[in-house]
This record gives sequence, C-alpha cells and structure tokens, in this order.
Amino acid sequence: MTEVVPPPARPNRGPTMARPAQATFGGIDTPTDRGRVGGPDFAAIHRGAEFTALRSRFRRFVFPVSALFFVWYLTYVLLAAYAKGFMSLRLFGSVNVGLVMGLAQFASTIGITAWYLRWARKNIDPQVAAIRAAAGVDAR
Amino acid sequence: MRTLAAADSQVGDPVLNTVVFAAFVVITLYIVYRVSGRNSSTSDYYAAGGRFTGVQNGIALSGDFLSAASFLGIAGAIAINGYDGFLYSIGFLVAWLVNLLLIAELVRNTGRFTMGDVLAYRMRQRPVRAAAATSTLVISFFYMLAQMAGAGAVVALLLNVQGKGGQALVIAVVGLIMIFYVLVGGMKGTTWVQIIKAAILILTVVLMTVFLIGKFGFSISALLDQAAANNAKGTAVLEPGAQYGKTQVSTLDFISLSLALILGAAGLPHVLMRFYTVPNAREARRSVVWAVGTMSVFYGATLIIGYGASALVGSERILGATGGSNAAAPLLAFEIGGTVLLGIVAAVAFATILAVVAGLTITASASFAHDVYANIFRKGNADAASEVRVARQTAVVIGVLAIIGGILANGQNVAFLVALAFAFAASANLSTLLYSLFWKRFNTTGTLWGMYGGLGSCLLLVFFSPVMSGAPTSIVSGVDFHLFPLANPGIVSIPVSFLCGYLGTILSKEPADAAKQKEMEVRSLTGIGR
Repeated sequence: MTEVVPPPARPNRGPTMARPAQATFGGIDTPTDRGRVGGPDFAAIHRGAEFTALRSRFRRFVFPVSALFFVWYLTYVLLAAYAKGFMSLRLFGSVNVGLVMGLAQFASTIGITAWYLRWARKNIDPQVAAIRAAAGVDAR
Repeated sequence: MRTLAAADSQVGDPVLNTVVFAAFVVITLYIVYRVSGRNSSTSDYYAAGGRFTGVQNGIALSGDFLSAASFLGIAGAIAINGYDGFLYSIGFLVAWLVNLLLIAELVRNTGRFTMGDVLAYRMRQRPVRAAAATSTLVISFFYMLAQMAGAGAVVALLLNVQGKGGQALVIAVVGLIMIFYVLVGGMKGTTWVQIIKAAILILTVVLMTVFLIGKFGFSISALLDQAAANNAKGTAVLEPGAQYGKTQVSTLDFISLSLALILGAAGLPHVLMRFYTVPNAREARRSVVWAVGTMSVFYGATLIIGYGASALVGSERILGATGGSNAAAPLLAFEIGGTVLLGIVAAVAFATILAVVAGLTITASASFAHDVYANIFRKGNADAASEVRVARQTAVVIGVLAIIGGILANGQNVAFLVALAFAFAASANLSTLLYSLFWKRFNTTGTLWGMYGGLGSCLLLVFFSPVMSGAPTSIVSGVDFHLFPLANPGIVSIPVSFLCGYLGTILSKEPADAAKQKEMEVRSLTGIGR
C-alpha cells in the first residue's frame, strides 16, 4: 500500500534563515504541546543534514521493503484464489505447492524482520543517537 | 470415549475445567494486585509508565493479538476447511511487517497514550480527536463483541452450560472479572495478564503440536493424508478453495478478507496503544520482533493442530459438537490428553478471551478519557486524577456494554466478527496514520475525510451485505435488502479511505501546519521531545 503514499518531501536545504511560517494559524485550535518553553528547536533539527540523511535513508529502506512483502503476499493470495491447479501440485508426499508457499510466507516474514532488525541497528540507531546528542537530549 | 463424546456433545469434566480456569483467575488477580501499585497518574494507568521491556511487551502484544478467534477459530477453520483456514494464519502473521516497518517506532515516538495523539499531533485537535475516539470505540466494540460471543460458545462446550440464561450468566461473570482487572491493574496489570496468558497459550499449542508430529512419525505427509481421510471434504482440504473457491463472488470475498487481515493489524487501537508501554523506539522495535517470533510459532502450530483435529477427531464429529468448528481444538485436546489437557485448553481459551477483552477495554476507556474528556471537553486542561477517574468509569460502562453485547451476539460467527473489526481498522485508521506520518501536505480535512470515509463506507457496505440480510447465515432473517455481494468490505472500503484522505487534503484550502509537521517528522524518527 505504500504506493499510495506520496513521495517524501524534498529535504529542505535552503538558506540557513528559518523560513517565515507559511501556515496561517487561524484554523488551528490548540497545538498538542503549546507552552513548552525552551524545548528542542525542531525546525533547526529538521533542516540539519544529519536529519535529512536519516529520513531519506529510513524511507529508502522501509518503503521498498513494504512494497516487496505486500506484492509477495498479494501474489500468494491471488495464486490461492485463481491458480488452484498450480497450488495443488504435489511436491513430496501429500505436501503441495500451496503449503510450501504458505510456509514460505512465514519464512519471508521472519527473514524481513531479522533483516530490518540488523539494518536498523547498524544504520538508524547510531544516527538517531547522534542527532539526539547534538540536540542536547539525553539518549538514555 | 469416542462414542460417548460423539453421542453427547459434552466432553471432559466441567468441574475440572472450572477449577483450572478459577486457578488462572486467582493467580492473575493476585499478580495484578501485587504489581499494580497506585496507578494514579495518567502515564501509569494508560501506559504502565512506559517501563516494560521490549521482550515483555512483545509477549504481551501477542497476548493481545491472539484472540479466541485465532486459537479456536483458526484451528477449527483448518480442521473443517483445511487450506483456506491456513490463509487466516498467514494474513494475521504477515500483517506484523506493516507494524514493524511503518508504524511501531514512529507511533511510539509521536504519541503518548492513544491513537488520537498521533493523528491529532499536527492537526486541529478537537475534530481529529473526536474522529479518532469514534473509530477506536467502534473497532473496540466490534472486536469485543466477537470475543464475548466466542465466550458463549466456549462455555456451552466446556462447562456444559446449555441454556441461554446460564450462558448469559457466565458471560457476565467473565465480563466482571475483566472489569476488575482493568480497574485494579490499569495498563500494568493488564499487560501482566497478557504476558501470562500468552505464555500459557503458546506452551499449550507447542506441546500439542510436538505430540501430534511425534504421533505421525515426524511425517507431515502422513498427518495430511490422515486429515484428508477423516474429513468429509476429502483431499480438497489440502488445497485452496474448499471454503472460498465455490463461486467468483466468494473468491473475491476471500481476497477482500486477505487485504483486511494484512492491513488491519496496524490500525487496531489496542495494538497501537501497546507501543506506548516501552521506554523508547528501539524497545518498540524489539516488541514487534518478539511478537513476530512468538506468533510465527503459534500460527505454525495452528496448522498442525487444525489438521491434527481433522485427522484424529474427524470433521463430522467436530461439526456435530456444541460450538461447531470452534470445538476442534478442545476436542483434539480431549482426544490426545484426556480430561486434564481439555481442562487446560479450556482454561487457556477462557483466559484468552478474558485478556483480550481487558486489553480492548483499557484502550477504549483511554481513548474516551484522554481524547474526548481531557482534550475535547476540558480542552487539554484536565488534571491527571480526574482523567484517570473518567477512564475507570468509562471502563465500567464499556465492560457492561460488552457483557450486554456479548449476551446478544451469543452464537454469532466469531471469526467473521473479528475479520470485520480488522476491515474497520484497515479502513479507518491505516490510511490516516500513514498519511500523517509520511505525507507533508496531509491536513485536518484529509484526516477527517479519510477516517469517516473509511469507517462510513465500511458500516454501509456491511449493512447492505449478506452478513445483515439475504443469506441463510444473516443476522436479520426474513427480509432481503442486501445490495453488496461480499461479506468483508475491505477491498472497497480500504481504497475508499485512502482516496478520501487524498481528496480531502487536495480539495481543502487549508494548508498543513508546516511547523508542527516538521516537529512531528523529527519527533517520530528520533524521539526528541517525547
């Protein structure tokens, strides 16, 4: 379903001056945490090269992988629905293609989970920690 | 034994079943009482202070997710319809990748207590929170109805309570225990109930599976052959289509169901709320990883248990028993382990229903107290004590409604009601969650269109579907006003909600709040400001 999600916003690498607020706030009742004084400067972090790199790296991984497993699942479902003959082909004993493909869905789910876990540990967590440290929030 | 069980649907010893279940209740109540503390702050009550580890929360997530429909429903579906039942298992499991990749960490970083926190973050608070609370309450109600309806069927089989009045009484008792868990334990106590329940459930199914595999000489093929031999549908149960392959419409219904299953899990409010009980995004990720691990084991085991029930009990005996296909797992337990194992499985089934309903109740009450009372009525100025008080009162009201609904829905198809709740979740929540996390232009109008469009189209399609009228299994009999052929609306309502969210955003003149959008993007990825 990620195909429906519009592409990520282009990183804002414009001049260092904060852009004037373009939104008219007339229609907004109460922002979630208004009154937080001296909080982190989100606009500055958002402009920073580290953050834009983190965001595009994250999206370049999760969007294609989401599309991948979704298409793979859909292929399987459509085969089960419309290619009964193929799914009923026996491979060994009474075990047929459908059963093996079903178990392959299990395997791919576990595989993608493990892949993402390793990938995020290596590519996301250190960058998040660096951005948090630069912003002065304790990384705990 | 075999003839006795076949002639009389009652199996096992109701007294033993009750004793095992009572032991579970007493032990969990004691633990809830010990761990709960005071639960006076909103953070304690809704999110257990964010102090659970990823492992604990992951097991609790599987506890929340593996409902009676998963255990009794899927085992029964595989036992009767074979391969088509297995497709449920796959959909329920693969769905967790959506949570893992797109939802869990970002939601945990952005919100605090409810789904409304995320959706309303950069939107106008009151209308969006009202919409989020509406969809949370509707989804929770449908899901809860399914669980309570399941309770009735299980009671009939396991405690030998045949009369509707007696079953209603048992449903009421189950509901009251659940309310007590939530009131005393808050999120912390409820989480521990989930953990204990998930551990017992998975241990039980693994032991049954190992036994079955051993019994058939470690040959899956032998198990399958025997399952086909003892099933009225024969070898058709080894292939897709035994249940859904009859007509073009039923095949389409199957695709619709599959979509709802895989896209619904990420929109279930009680699953989303679990991500707030951990201290940071890495633990949220670990939660999902552990949930995927335990659920792979569980859903893998349901395949063996389902076919095992067909092989050892036989489809005709299962369908002849009280509770119909839901009775497959208990009957199999009785077949391989006698009254003791049946007692344990009975207790596990009850515990499952109890725990899932408790999780739903705390979610629905949190949404009402936090989104509606604190942020809409009090405009964000409610003090913690009164917010928790409102949450507790809401939990009692919801619990009572669930009891009444459960008594009325007693006898309805459990798996269908759960699949419907998934369709609602996928339609109302997933599109708006994804848009608000990833689409810069998305605005308040888009959020409202997406949620109400998805929810509304879902309700409308269900109302005019064969579920309500025009089929032998319909809720309303005698009149036929069905216009939409599918039982599951997902294939239409999910795209509708994505389209509504898109059109609402494009067509409204209101620009998105750029500053809050940047803040949300930073916060969701890094956790800064949470």
